[in-house]
Amino acid sequence: MKSIAELEEIRKKTLEQINLRKNNERMRIVVGMATCGIAAGARPVMNALLEELKRRNINDVSVTMTGCIGVCKLEPIVEVINPDGSKVTYVKMTPEKAARVVAEHIVNGRVCRDYTIGAEEGK
Amino acid sequence: MRDLSLHLLDIIQNSIAEDASKIITTIYANQSDDELGIIVEDNGHGMDKELLDKVTDPFVTTRKTRNIGIGIPLLKSSSEMAGGRLDIDSTRGKGTVLKSTFKIGHIDRLPLGDVSDTFVSLIAARPDIEYELKLYNGNESYLFNSFEIKEKLGDVPITEYEVLAWIREFINEGVKTIFGGVLNEIDS
Repeated sequence: MKSIAELEEIRKKTLEQINLRKNNERMRIVVGMATCGIAAGARPVMNALLEELKRRNINDVSVTMTGCIGVCKLEPIVEVINPDGSKVTYVKMTPEKAARVVAEHIVNGRVCRDYTIGAEEGK
Repeated sequence: MRDLSLHLLDIIQNSIAEDASKIITTIYANQSDDELGIIVEDNGHGMDKELLDKVTDPFVTTRKTRNIGIGIPLLKSSSEMAGGRLDIDSTRGKGTVLKSTFKIGHIDRLPLGDVSDTFVSLIAARPDIEYELKLYNGNESYLFNSFEIKEKLGDVPITEYEVLAWIREFINEGVKTIFGGVLNEIDS
């Protein structure tokens, strides 16, 4: 059984790591999590983002949710937002695509053009 | 929606949209009367009688971008399809209570799905909201409260991956303990 004592261990362990981090947010990832997004599979996409960020030890990118972005047929939709407000909108996401977005866009700064709304609409 | 945990995630988004700061979810399964219920209670803005009467209509919504909203109608149909019903009670300025029931053994009842995933996603995205999850099966009960965890964590954010992983397992154990063998999709 999971115990609160374990939580205390996690607290001690992560507190040291947190103190070493800088506190500026480099990017924000927003997942569309309205009825349309959830039904299309947004929850596993969000999970994959959290997992991949953790796996790569990225601490300056936040993952959050928003409502319906407005193009329900292209859900799950993920937006990657820079501090200056400019953003890239990825559509028809899957957990696998989410992992690639973290690797290529978040880590290496290369937008995955084939997953963007522009590429999808241009088909 | 493929399962009840996805419906739950969707319904809780309504509470968040209405600026709730505390959201209490109760899931119960009573084998004696073959009833599974999900109750979501929030302290958001609530609805007046007029809106409440027509909230299960897909062409009624509070959002401003377009006038359609299918979260509640979908859950209503999932309930009714499985011999249950959907009831909503709300008071403007106080909050909303939504209750959705299902016949456990009904062939069209959706499986419970991954409840822990729903809460981990919510906590990761909106850690500022207090989430409580109560589970019971007629004999035993289980309680999770995100603010209790926050308090134990002190300066460590609840959104730390290790913490979320712990919460995931903690909720999974609760679901297995309370509903294992009670709901046929969950092993005892």
